[in-house]
Amino acid sequence: MKMKKELSGYVFFIFALSAISVLALITLFIIARGAPLIAKVGLFNFLFGMEWAPSQEKFGIFPMIVGSVSVTLGAALIGVPVGICCSIFLTEFAPPALGNIFRPAIQLLAGIPSVVYGFWGLLFVVPFIRNYLGGPGLSILAGAVILAIMILPTVISISEVSLLALPRQYKEGALALGMTHWQTIYSVMLPAAKSGIVAAVILGIGRAIGETMAAIMILGNAVALPSSILDPVRTLTTNIGIEMGYASGDHQQALFATGIVLFAIIMVLNASAQYIVRRRGK
Amino acid sequence: MIIAGSTSVQPYAELLEEAFAVYAENTLLYQCTIDIQGGGSAAGLTAAETNVADIGMSSRELRETEKEQLPYIFEIAKDGLAIIVHPSNPVANLTTNQLRQIYTQETKNWSELGGNDAAIHVITREDGSGTRSAFEELVMGKTEGIHPKAIVQNSNGAVRLLVSDDPNAIGFISLGLIEAHEGQKEVKSLKLEGIDAIPENVKNGTYQLSRPFIFAAKTEPAGVSKDFIDFIFSPAGKAILAQEGLIV
Repeated sequence: MKMKKELSGYVFFIFALSAISVLALITLFIIARGAPLIAKVGLFNFLFGMEWAPSQEKFGIFPMIVGSVSVTLGAALIGVPVGICCSIFLTEFAPPALGNIFRPAIQLLAGIPSVVYGFWGLLFVVPFIRNYLGGPGLSILAGAVILAIMILPTVISISEVSLLALPRQYKEGALALGMTHWQTIYSVMLPAAKSGIVAAVILGIGRAIGETMAAIMILGNAVALPSSILDPVRTLTTNIGIEMGYASGDHQQALFATGIVLFAIIMVLNASAQYIVRRRGK
Repeated sequence: MIIAGSTSVQPYAELLEEAFAVYAENTLLYQCTIDIQGGGSAAGLTAAETNVADIGMSSRELRETEKEQLPYIFEIAKDGLAIIVHPSNPVANLTTNQLRQIYTQETKNWSELGGNDAAIHVITREDGSGTRSAFEELVMGKTEGIHPKAIVQNSNGAVRLLVSDDPNAIGFISLGLIEAHEGQKEVKSLKLEGIDAIPENVKNGTYQLSRPFIFAAKTEPAGVSKDFIDFIFSPAGKAILAQEGLIV
């Protein structure tokens, strides 16, 4: 390899290695701390157990898996259509001046700390749901609304990039064939940019499933299967966030084990996003 | 010097230790290192009995066998739990039994307790919290625990904020934190068995939701241990505990 001949190559290699080795250390640490508990309780009992009460030696995280999935799905149902429509507006309809206001504003949305989203949700979204829809307000719906806003920047910017990356001929050809602007977008551009948009959605979902601080504040954190979208739930991330303060022994291991499950889910999501993007490249 | 035990007492002991370190350096003219560890009341008392720790911290009364092993007992404060609801809630008093049934969700509607016809929004603390374990010990007893559908918050402040905002919520917090500070909304504390949740009633033992915070030692404290305990019972030490909502 050429790199070996150059000193600077080594230096950069070491820096690159440090990033990877931190990942490896974290992975090993989480597995080393969490795996013994999964082995003790049994993987099936851990994943599909309905009761979580660490002080009584009950370690079942199924309600939290349901919690994570339901909140994330809700966020995607609200956030993805809005995000894709917004990216279509930016690429196809927005006058340059307006686009120059929208893009930085959307980037700013990504920069707001999640605790601020959580606090805003707690003071505005939660009381709104409690007063007009019923229930305690802290609910799947509140979480889905807040997380939908939080995933917007991811969905919008990646969808926009994949729409902009389309060859101009696609659009020009469709228009030349007599299609309207909307038909062109709907039947030519969106299908052509499909893989990029799907990647955007998956990365947005990854963002939603990993969110912790805002989720703790607005989901209510009850460890029970929800029976409606107005019920409180606990997600995998919030389980760790809310209980780590006092956890020790098996309880602490169980939180690391929750981390393993979360880690696996995020890895699958990211890998599938990468796979979809690469397939487009070929 | 090592102090070990109840995770409920631990945060207060750490605050006291910080203030004591400054006091020791400025007034007693020595530097001290006091190591404060958690582990739970039982573990802390065992550590003190076996000389692993100099002082054991307990958030419950000592058993007779423990008292024999650890004759030097100092009750540094009492911690009271207040049951709080929204100020607009017409319910003013509960029995311990009614309270237990709310938390097991056998009672689901305020109308069953003489209140409005509305679902009770039950709020609790997270598993592992000392406040939750105190509530479970004092209210839930040996029946089934708090219902899993109860909303979980991980601090006194979060529970208070939710209750102050939700007309149908009920929660429990440290007794000293009922009062609204600037910018906070009011909450109403309920009587339990007809007894007001006020420090006086915790002190005289009539209000049931309280527990002692105890330092226990095997031998008579001397040196740093004695100075630290004297500091805790001095006006400065008591002020720290009172400010944190404890009853001294």
